[in-house]
Amino acid sequence: MPAPQAPTAVAPLDVAAIRGDFPILDRMLDGTTPLVYLDSGATSQRPRQVIDAEVDFLTRDNAAVKRGAHRLAEAATDAYEGARDRIAAFVGVARPEQIAFTKNATEALNVLALALGDPTAPEHLRVREGDEILVTEMEHHANLVPWQELARRTGATLRWIPLGEDFRLDLSGLESLLTERTKVLALTHQSNVLGTVNPVAELAAKAHAVGAVVVLDACQSVPHMPIDLPALGVDAAAFSGHKMLGPTGIGVLWGAGELLEQLPPVLTGGSMIETVTMERTTFAEPPARFEAGTPPISQAVGLAAACDYLEALGMENVAAHELELTRRAIEGLEQLPGVRIIGPALDAERAGAVSFDLAGRHPHDVGQVLDARGVEVRVGHHCAWPLHRRYGLAGTTRATFSVYTTPAEVDALVEGMGAVIDFFARFE
Amino acid sequence: MDLTSLYTDIVFEHDKRPLHAGLREPYEAEVHHVNPTCGDEITLRVHLAGDPEDPRIEDVSYDATGCAMSRASASTMSDLVIGRTLREIEPVSAHMDAVMHARGREEGDEALLGDAVALVGASKFPNRVKCVLMSWKALHAAVIEAGGPVDGAAA
Repeated sequence: MPAPQAPTAVAPLDVAAIRGDFPILDRMLDGTTPLVYLDSGATSQRPRQVIDAEVDFLTRDNAAVKRGAHRLAEAATDAYEGARDRIAAFVGVARPEQIAFTKNATEALNVLALALGDPTAPEHLRVREGDEILVTEMEHHANLVPWQELARRTGATLRWIPLGEDFRLDLSGLESLLTERTKVLALTHQSNVLGTVNPVAELAAKAHAVGAVVVLDACQSVPHMPIDLPALGVDAAAFSGHKMLGPTGIGVLWGAGELLEQLPPVLTGGSMIETVTMERTTFAEPPARFEAGTPPISQAVGLAAACDYLEALGMENVAAHELELTRRAIEGLEQLPGVRIIGPALDAERAGAVSFDLAGRHPHDVGQVLDARGVEVRVGHHCAWPLHRRYGLAGTTRATFSVYTTPAEVDALVEGMGAVIDFFARFE
Repeated sequence: MDLTSLYTDIVFEHDKRPLHAGLREPYEAEVHHVNPTCGDEITLRVHLAGDPEDPRIEDVSYDATGCAMSRASASTMSDLVIGRTLREIEPVSAHMDAVMHARGREEGDEALLGDAVALVGASKFPNRVKCVLMSWKALHAAVIEAGGPVDGAAA
């Protein structure tokens, strides 16, 4: 494991220069309305460096990887495996073979849930009837539904850590929720709705004390803050390429230590085998065991370029930039009549997803008026329906940020919300 | 982008004071429809009576949560269909479905649609079409569940 780096001073991002790398940000909506893109939590935009990396690969080295002996296949395999090394290093993983590429983070979480329920999983990992799976009430559906389904298939019981009035996990009942029966704790690092950052290391240590496997949804943290996955103390993590300036069609599954080696494959076919006869097959070592079929090759190359891009900016600087935007958004929105922030107060355990409610107005109607002004936010339940039910909300309006987001864009959101309020007032 | 074709006084009148809202007895069928992308929900009951070959909608009652468009649609739809037979409303629902899928290229016929014509502006906004049609789809499902002729009602 690399030695911990000395903390570096936070430097402000040169956002004007950064924006020059993102061609889509110059786009006009309706030909005249500038794009104010505040939906990076759903999918981020891609810099030229990422787009060019994919184009360069496709125009120079494209071939199927890990099969064939020709030179182009070797070049493509080198690019693909080099991307794995790069992406592993970005999240502090010293052994790239602990990382498998999937279609997206959802697939990575499903692979884990399916493998842990498989009858061939080792006894200490296998989830079966009578066991408990612990999740949280703030999970994205991607880190909830696969565990519900695992419980349904195995007869295990799904339990969850509830949300408190302060928009954080209510850990007061943790002792009765996290017990010797708990086989899996699956939780998000950062809520995609609330912005809440969970005390992952603390919860992972408690889960390990009862022998549970800890699975982390890192989709909303890896793009926005420095992450050292092994240091978090979790056993597995998933994140997606397209939320971190990279391509769609690629997700990352990481297993700590020997976890992936101990788990059976769930998707089978080409590239994941050791030997095959008509009767039976033995499987390759990870990560190949979890990469059946032709993998997302150019996407891996693009994602590696995204890691280069983010690392050159410095993830501490990215986090500081987005925290400042979050502060500006919350302070501006809170001044508006009827607007309520759905998320914790600004402090160290909060990051940049700013969701809010406008009294008496459905988020779809709010988003429609913002969209008319070019302000692109997400509305609805953001794939976290139980979270919204918990707070009695049909949905929320959500602004999320990235490296290219400017304070002026946050101001456009706040001004836009003022206009939303005025717009609907005329129908009162 | 012009929002005035989407949001009108009529839409907000129905949003604020929805007609026929609330769940009532008697009813032959109750359905629950959701719009999974935005979480809008409607529980809708239908009460049929009269000629089994062409039953009349005696009552439509509902509980709807959602955006202004979806709530106004439930209100205008119920007001359009209550008291009419399934054969009478068939051209109404067919027209509603057609204009809502026309991406703003077709005018709504106010003689057929009544106040629901105010919702046709949403057809220019593809992600709002489903808001408007959710209550119509719920009506269609409820009529079938209540044993009405399948070709009789709604989109």
